[in-house]
Amino acid sequence: MRERHIVGASVPRKEGWDKVTGAARYVDDMVLPGMLYGATVRSNIARGKIGKICFDPSIAWNQFVLVTAKDIPGKNCISLILDDQPCLAAETVNHPEEPILLLAHADCRMLRKAVDAVSIEYEPLPPVHTMEESERQSTIIWGTDNAFKSYLIEKGDVDTVWKEAAHIVEGEYFTGAQEQLYIENNGVIAAFDPENGVTVWGSLQCPYYVHKALMALCGLPEDKIRVVQMETGGAFGGKEEYPSMIAGHAALLSIKSRRPVKIVYDRMEDMVATTKRHPSRTCHRTAVSKDGKILGGEIEFTIDGGAYATLSSVVLSRGTIHAGGPYYWPSVRIRAKAVATNTPPHGAFRGFGAPQSLFAMERHMDLIAQVVGISPVEVRRRNFLKPGQTTTTEQTIREDLDLDHLLDRALELSDYAAKKARFAEENRNGMRKKGMGIAAFLHGAGFTGSGERYLNSLVGVEAEADGGVRVLVSSAEFGQGTNTVLCQIAAEALELPYEDVAIARPDTTVVPNSGPTVASRTAMVVGTLVQSAAKGIKQTLMKTGLLGDDYTPEQFRASCGEFIRTHGALKSYARYEAPGDVYWDDEKYRGEAYAAFAWAVYVAEVSVDLTTYAVTVDDFVALQEVGKVLHPVLAEGQITGGVAQAIGFALYEKVVWQNGRMINNQMTNYIMPSSADLPPIRVFFEQLGNVHGAHGAKGIGELPMDGPAPAIVNAVEDAIGVRFRSIPLLPEDLFEALQPVPPKQQGPSSTRGTT
Amino acid sequence: MNPSPGTGAKCQLLFTVNGEARKVLAHPMERLLDVLRNDLALSGTKEGCGEGECGSCSVLLDGMLVNSCLVPVAQATGASIVTIEGMSAHALMIPLQEAFLACGGAQCGICTPGMILAAAHLLEKTPEPAPADIREGLAGNLCRCTGYQQIFEAVAMAARRKVRK
Repeated sequence: MRERHIVGASVPRKEGWDKVTGAARYVDDMVLPGMLYGATVRSNIARGKIGKICFDPSIAWNQFVLVTAKDIPGKNCISLILDDQPCLAAETVNHPEEPILLLAHADCRMLRKAVDAVSIEYEPLPPVHTMEESERQSTIIWGTDNAFKSYLIEKGDVDTVWKEAAHIVEGEYFTGAQEQLYIENNGVIAAFDPENGVTVWGSLQCPYYVHKALMALCGLPEDKIRVVQMETGGAFGGKEEYPSMIAGHAALLSIKSRRPVKIVYDRMEDMVATTKRHPSRTCHRTAVSKDGKILGGEIEFTIDGGAYATLSSVVLSRGTIHAGGPYYWPSVRIRAKAVATNTPPHGAFRGFGAPQSLFAMERHMDLIAQVVGISPVEVRRRNFLKPGQTTTTEQTIREDLDLDHLLDRALELSDYAAKKARFAEENRNGMRKKGMGIAAFLHGAGFTGSGERYLNSLVGVEAEADGGVRVLVSSAEFGQGTNTVLCQIAAEALELPYEDVAIARPDTTVVPNSGPTVASRTAMVVGTLVQSAAKGIKQTLMKTGLLGDDYTPEQFRASCGEFIRTHGALKSYARYEAPGDVYWDDEKYRGEAYAAFAWAVYVAEVSVDLTTYAVTVDDFVALQEVGKVLHPVLAEGQITGGVAQAIGFALYEKVVWQNGRMINNQMTNYIMPSSADLPPIRVFFEQLGNVHGAHGAKGIGELPMDGPAPAIVNAVEDAIGVRFRSIPLLPEDLFEALQPVPPKQQGPSSTRGTT
Repeated sequence: MNPSPGTGAKCQLLFTVNGEARKVLAHPMERLLDVLRNDLALSGTKEGCGEGECGSCSVLLDGMLVNSCLVPVAQATGASIVTIEGMSAHALMIPLQEAFLACGGAQCGICTPGMILAAAHLLEKTPEPAPADIREGLAGNLCRCTGYQQIFEAVAMAARRKVRK
């Protein structure tokens, strides 16, 4: 038996060598014989009826393949949750950059001119561009009330707490849209032939989402759609739902032309037309005792979903459930709503609603501390969830949670107390003010509530005649380490060297549907299934007498060969089984929201330069409890990468809207952090107990997106005493706020003491 | 959709790519990036932004680190170009690749070829870089996955290994 564990070791990334040599094949690196290049003609107004479409006669249109909604063989929709989004707008457009017409040509250089040579007449309709306008319902742009979805969580009797409250603390918080900005733009190739149907190769997270969408769009059965995930150059949620759209477009062009069609967006098209993080508004009204304990409160959480429903209902769900943070609320009422506006639909982005509502929660905790007159540390300590208590959805904390310990460790690692005292002293002089900020938070792993039961994921492990083992999952690698971690788990379960286990490229004709690669579910949910499928292989070999209890890799290989010669294929599948004691009520939004939560306390140290109004993060401590760390290097990379994106969310990345269209859709004017902009990000893992998942791993990928923004803005307030409630927080916002006349937009939240 | 370089006449251009003399027929204003990827099938050079911000298309042009999306191919006439595919011959390549793998410097991998070229370029000029040198040397190459830290560690590790040898 091996003594060294593979799980927990930083083994080489499975596809790593291909990536460092430039040999890894992304979709744009693939060329098929006879391939055409596709392009999209999009709306240039926010809302209206489509009129005449004119084609400039200077273009040789007979050389182009043209597709409109009329060419769609199946249903004109991107099938996801509500099927309300057309693949190509037919009569009306509901947002700028909505696809209307598709073009394809053998020479990609002919496309730009051709796209510009199509002019579309519109009969404009009044658009809605803000959540507030949408909520007023004076113009209805979606359904009967502009609301994609609303949730209500009620715990205890919040209406009785106000009179007992020593303080009622109110605050309103806003977060902006954020572009995922994966460095590889969206792209696909589709090839159709009547016998085999449609095959799509693409940069994507969820092969079976695309599969489902193409079945509906093309009117083809399951076995006539094949989706293959190519190496994917970053996703972060941005390739969760959108690939169904671009794959649909390429498929339609291929069906019409009977040739393979490649569509790869350039950066400007990708930024202007595809999904972003939902902008949000959160209002807190909290009843607090004299000593700073939360007695109860009301939280209103609203997100801007854009023009179609897409994933807004589920983003809203996660944001709603995370809105109360890692605190104990004896009573709470959370009202949440996703509303429609005439912008391109907002969608999945790492954190999925939680970074928005947690920004509000963690800014609000600092406000409560001020009103009560205690420190930001103390207010958190007094309200932390403890084992046996329940969350806002009344999920009982059953794990050995010790948030005080996590907070103590984070304060110690960041040298919080000493620095805070020193900065208070030093800030008296000079133009550079320093501050410290904390955020405590949680992130639920896996699909929400009953989600995993509906997904009903299936995972396979296959052994070949030479003893090589392949993991069969639809879970995609896009940098986060899926390939590596799932192979580690399988190798460990089979007691084989890591090198003996490979993972199949996600291809819907080869791998079963193990669900989408989202929601921090891969290691915990899919990993557990991989472990049990791998064990199934071992059991099969043992039961047939080919393998003993104790075996060497050589014996394993030999037994696989013998099994396959005698019995044929050696495969083992495992399907998700909901733990029996899990209770979730979809109507009341009550019960076990997640199988596990990851917990964290982050500390930011910032400088505010009062000459340039720039905020710099000087040091960042990210301490988290994510259960067992399966691969230390990959896990650390998830945290540093997530923190970097969240620093962008807090301080740099502003989507500038004009009539529902992003106007800074370039890397030149939408600024993500470069290597020169980031602090040392110091990552620490604590393991408190052993829960869930293969080897006790919980989800990790999204967690680091949640905490940095509030920690940073809390630190800015600590440095200069100005209460900001919106992100991104840019130098111009500081400039405005620090002018002698207090600006209206960033004014203080109202507070009221009742004693 | 790449910008159209116009439909004017193509011309024959000569340069060296990864040590080999190459001749291509291209529009003079075509992007070096497209000529490398499409005409010479060197797909290791990636397009990220098409406007010189992200550095994914970095190549070495006569020893200088350039964004190949900003270089009209005519400008490369007579030059010696090195892409990620040509780096296998480079003395720094193995230490850099190994360090990127060991430290987690490559996640999704799309920025990695450009990042490795930028790192090699840095280490050629500054064999023993201080952390600030690494930070600055890679500031023209954007990575959305890593937060850069593990890339810095990889470059520092490669430098240590190279210096020891």
